[in-house]
Amino acid sequence: MSEIWQGLTAAFWLIVSLDADLVEITLRSLQVTLTAVVIACLLGMPLGTWLAIQRFRYRRTVIALLNALMGLPPVVVGLIVYLMLSRSGPLGALNLIFTPTAMIVAQVVIVTPLIASIAHQAVREIWSDYHDLLISLNASKPQRMLTLLMDSRRALLTAALAGFGRAIGEVGAIMIVGGNIDHVSRVLTTAIALETSKGNFALALGLGFVLIGLAIAVNLGIHALGRTEREGRW
Amino acid sequence: MNSILPLSVRGASVKRRGKTIVGPVDLDLAGQGMTIVMGPNGAGKTTLLRMLHGLARQSGGSMTWNQPLAQAQMRQAFVFQTPVVLRRSVRDNIAFPLILRGVARKQARTQADHWAARVGLAGMLRRPAAVLSGGETQKLALARALIREPELLFLDEPTANLDGRSMREIETILTEAMHEGTRIVMATHNIGQARRLASDVIFLYRGRVHERNQAVAFFDCPETTEAAAFINGDIVE
Repeated sequence: MSEIWQGLTAAFWLIVSLDADLVEITLRSLQVTLTAVVIACLLGMPLGTWLAIQRFRYRRTVIALLNALMGLPPVVVGLIVYLMLSRSGPLGALNLIFTPTAMIVAQVVIVTPLIASIAHQAVREIWSDYHDLLISLNASKPQRMLTLLMDSRRALLTAALAGFGRAIGEVGAIMIVGGNIDHVSRVLTTAIALETSKGNFALALGLGFVLIGLAIAVNLGIHALGRTEREGRW
Repeated sequence: MNSILPLSVRGASVKRRGKTIVGPVDLDLAGQGMTIVMGPNGAGKTTLLRMLHGLARQSGGSMTWNQPLAQAQMRQAFVFQTPVVLRRSVRDNIAFPLILRGVARKQARTQADHWAARVGLAGMLRRPAAVLSGGETQKLALARALIREPELLFLDEPTANLDGRSMREIETILTEAMHEGTRIVMATHNIGQARRLASDVIFLYRGRVHERNQAVAFFDCPETTEAAAFINGDIVE
């Protein structure tokens, strides 16, 4: 119990004193995760929509696969991305290993199936509502996709937040591909893992509370921006 | 601009899982006025309208418009029995078909305001369409269909489940549209409504056109016993 108390105190002082390292790590966490989530949204949302409206032979298989990929173990993703990006790997020439970019790549791989799957669920529902009207009005395929994306934006926001939640708290993959190098690729989660293994529980907890606070702040901020739960049913 | 009518349907049918829902149907649609499609439940009224509009896959026979199919599809509209409500405001719901056509948003909204006023939704432009009542939703669907200025308008029991006042308002809008030259094809259960509006009647029975006649002749002396029984309010199975 005393460790949690010490952790709270440590977190308090870290934040109040605007500790330079803490600010740096926090900003890197945000930068990596937000970039990854934005890229994953750009990939996952159209993919989910497309899967909802397009009929093709292996559609069910692809959807089942996508749902299975939601539970992709981050450590394995990290390992595979590591092997791809490491100096001797096929993409080694890009010199990306142990950089924030590599961490973003790993997180995009982890988060895209999640976002695509939630987007697919949401769009499928609204598509069954809109289907007849959009066909009747001769909407083209791109117009259909755009309409569905627009009108399911609240659900898509939830998808993005779920993606953010998964990415910001992720350790396994970014530890492997980022290497947890001080001032280069250290983020909140990898710093917590390090401090814990050093037995530095107060600092680890302090960082942990900052991480939780960050996640809550981003969620609240986005909800405020999106004005969720305010305008009627959507 | 050449009319998309006459439409000539020969031997068209719709099948679902091997079972014929509608057809084979021979039908000609031309001129002006309002064609009322009547018949007992399950006779295939909805499916017939959906087939004519191109929503239900036709599995035999032919349908020939006076214009190429793409043209013909652009110039018709459909009002569903249960209207599709976009998760947008009333104004954006009505403007939607114009936006799809590439009309600038501002202009589309101005037009939407005009049509909303015509159907009596002027005071509700900014409201989310989902909060409208049943009658208002149906008027919204009507405005959204009419904003396309269709040559041919299909309606599938637009006044089912509506009270007398909403029904009269919708009938007034339809009559106006008809006088402005829109050809209307409407399915209805309501014999009183059919008498008020019809210029000619298609009586569907077991998926086929059982009787087709001018409204006056149809109601005064129906040729088939089923139609006669249906008009009398007897149960036709």
